[in-house]
Amino acid sequence: MLELNILLIFMILGAIIALEVKDLLSAVVALGASGLGLCVVFLILKAPDLAITQLVVEILCLIILIRATIKKDLPFSTSGRWIFNTIVSFVFIIIFLYLGYLAIKDLPPFGYPIMRVSQFYLDHAKELVRSANLVSSIILNFRAYDTLGEATVLFASVVGVMTVMRKKGRKKLEEKEEDEL
Amino acid sequence: MSCDNKHKGMTLIVKTITRLTVGLILLYGLYITLHGHISPGGGFAGGVIVAISFIHLMLAFGREEALRILPKSFIAVLESVGALLFLGIAILGFMGGYFFLDWFSKGKPFELFSAGSIIFSNIAIALKVGLGLFGIFLVLILLKFTSKDEQ
Repeated sequence: MLELNILLIFMILGAIIALEVKDLLSAVVALGASGLGLCVVFLILKAPDLAITQLVVEILCLIILIRATIKKDLPFSTSGRWIFNTIVSFVFIIIFLYLGYLAIKDLPPFGYPIMRVSQFYLDHAKELVRSANLVSSIILNFRAYDTLGEATVLFASVVGVMTVMRKKGRKKLEEKEEDEL
Repeated sequence: MSCDNKHKGMTLIVKTITRLTVGLILLYGLYITLHGHISPGGGFAGGVIVAISFIHLMLAFGREEALRILPKSFIAVLESVGALLFLGIAILGFMGGYFFLDWFSKGKPFELFSAGSIIFSNIAIALKVGLGLFGIFLVLILLKFTSKDEQ
């Protein structure tokens, strides 16, 4: 448990640094440190499937973010009604912390899950599916419907990105900007 | 970074290292995909590793070299084929009775050809995720920069 707590503190520190630092590239690197800490947490909790996926997706996100941010320096707008904003943020944080406390009180303790459905998978998955990897047999056989939904979501997002960023629409926008200039 | 067509991409050192490593990364992605039912991993992680190998190639050698190996229309077609393949596996279950029924013959556990339709589902998801993410990267990052350079 001790190493888990140390890693959690490391991840929280990385997230806070990513929020607070002024340089955009440093923020991306701090965010990557936080994500790689999450990968090690998955390894300690004995979930190698999730650790591999988290590591790989983290690297891909880091590449995309660095390529997208390295040539841009977005301006910071810290002026304005900061007192009002801070008060509203604190009120919402207190409300969410209180509701989260109420919800977490009823959860089973960490490391002792309710094994109502999972026990069936653990007992019968080996004879029914005959896959050595239980996670894969659950997501692609018992719960394949969920995976089909996920694939549909990913397909829709890819189609959406390609539609928004396609050459035709961008060209029209650029012409409009040139006209305005 | 020079703008000549001959010297597109990064320096010679990066290109040489990329030439050595990109095949190994692609092979590891295929291994993770095909052994998804035996060892940790699966279609999603394997697909992302395949996408990373192509992104690696593109960052080192420039856009033209990567698009010569994997044309843009090819990416769109293969991504849709991945999605349709997974749906086809689901509909194939009707031959045995109902949606997503796994009626393929199941071998012994811990063998490569075991666990029925899971290996085909992994291949379909890897195609879908890998080429989808590579397509997003292509559209989101590189097309934007070329349009900025043209101005």
